[in-house]
Amino acid sequence: MTTRIVELRRGILKKNDELAAGLRATYAAAGVLVLNLVSSPGTGKTAFLERTLRELKARGQRVAALVGDLETDNDARRLAASGAPVRQINTHGICHLDAEMIGRHIDGWEGVTLPNLDFLFIENVGNLVCPSSYDLGEAIRVALLSVTEGEDKPLKYPTLFNSADAAVITKIDIAEPCGFDRDLALKNINAIRPGIQIFETSSKSGAGMETWLAWLEQERAARKA
Amino acid sequence: MAASIVDAVTESLAPYPGARVLEVRLRVGVLSALDEESLQFCWQLSTEDSPLQGSRLTVKSLPIVMHCAVCAADRELPGVQSLSCPVCGAPATDLRQGRELDIDSIEIEEAEVPQ
Repeated sequence: MTTRIVELRRGILKKNDELAAGLRATYAAAGVLVLNLVSSPGTGKTAFLERTLRELKARGQRVAALVGDLETDNDARRLAASGAPVRQINTHGICHLDAEMIGRHIDGWEGVTLPNLDFLFIENVGNLVCPSSYDLGEAIRVALLSVTEGEDKPLKYPTLFNSADAAVITKIDIAEPCGFDRDLALKNINAIRPGIQIFETSSKSGAGMETWLAWLEQERAARKA
Repeated sequence: MAASIVDAVTESLAPYPGARVLEVRLRVGVLSALDEESLQFCWQLSTEDSPLQGSRLTVKSLPIVMHCAVCAADRELPGVQSLSCPVCGAPATDLRQGRELDIDSIEIEEAEVPQ
C-alpha cells in the first residue's frame, strides 16, 4: 500500500463560484442590476422587497424578483401584489440559494428576459450563516437587520455582515417601543464592515425608502456608464 | 458544504483509480461561514459509500489579515469583532486573508497494482 499527498488547492465551492461568474457576465451584458437580500427569518425582507418593487415600478423602473424559501409559494404571492413578475424557488430543505438554482429559474421564466429588466432582486432563504458563502453573481449583497433583533446581530454573525455591500435596518417605525439603540447598531455594523452604506427604513410607514430607492437608481446608472 | 467537499475530492481521484482517502485537509478563514463542529459531526454520514469513507477531516483556521494603508503593512487581526488595524485603528477595508474556503490537500492510499 502506498500513501500519497495530493495537493488540490481549490475552493470547496468552486463549482458554485464558476456558475456565479457566468451569471455575473450574463447580468452585465443584459444591463440588469442584481441584488441579493439576506437576513434572518422575520426581519421583514418580503415586506421591504414588496414596497421596493412597487415603488421602483411606479418610478418607471422594470423590476422582477426571485424568492427563495424551503417550502411554499406564500412569499411569491405576497411579492406579486407589487405587480412585478415574481418567481418562487423552493429549496426543499436547503438553507440557502446557490448559483445553479438561480440560473435554472431565470431560464424559462415566462414573460421575463433579463435585457428587459432594470433590476432583479433575489430574496434569499432566511438564514444569517450559509447564504454568505454562496455567490449568486449579484452586483450588490444587502444584509437586513430589524430593530426587533438586537443591536449585536452584526457581531454575532460577522461573516454575513462583512460580505455585504449595503445594510438595511428595517421596522424603524417601532424602534422606540423596542428600545432599539440606533447608535450602537450603527457602531456594530461599522465595526464588522467599515464604511458600509446603511439605510434605515420602515416598509410600513415608508420612512427612509426614498433614500434607498434613489441609491439603487444611482448605483444602476453608475454601473451602466 | 460537506457534499461539495465529497464531490470535489471524488473528482480529484480520477488519476488514482481505486484509491481510498485517508485525510482531507481544509484551509478555512475565520470569516467564512464554515462551522467545523457541525462539519465534523456530519462527516461520517456524508462520506458513507464514497472513497472518503472512514477519512479524517482536518481544518486549518486562518485569521483575518488586512492591509493597512496608514501603516503600509499587512496586519493580522486578533478576532472577528472589530475589523480595524490593531496598531493604528484604521478601518479594515482591504482584507487579504480570512474568507478562504479551500481544500488544501488530501492524503490517499493507492490501490495495489497487480504486477
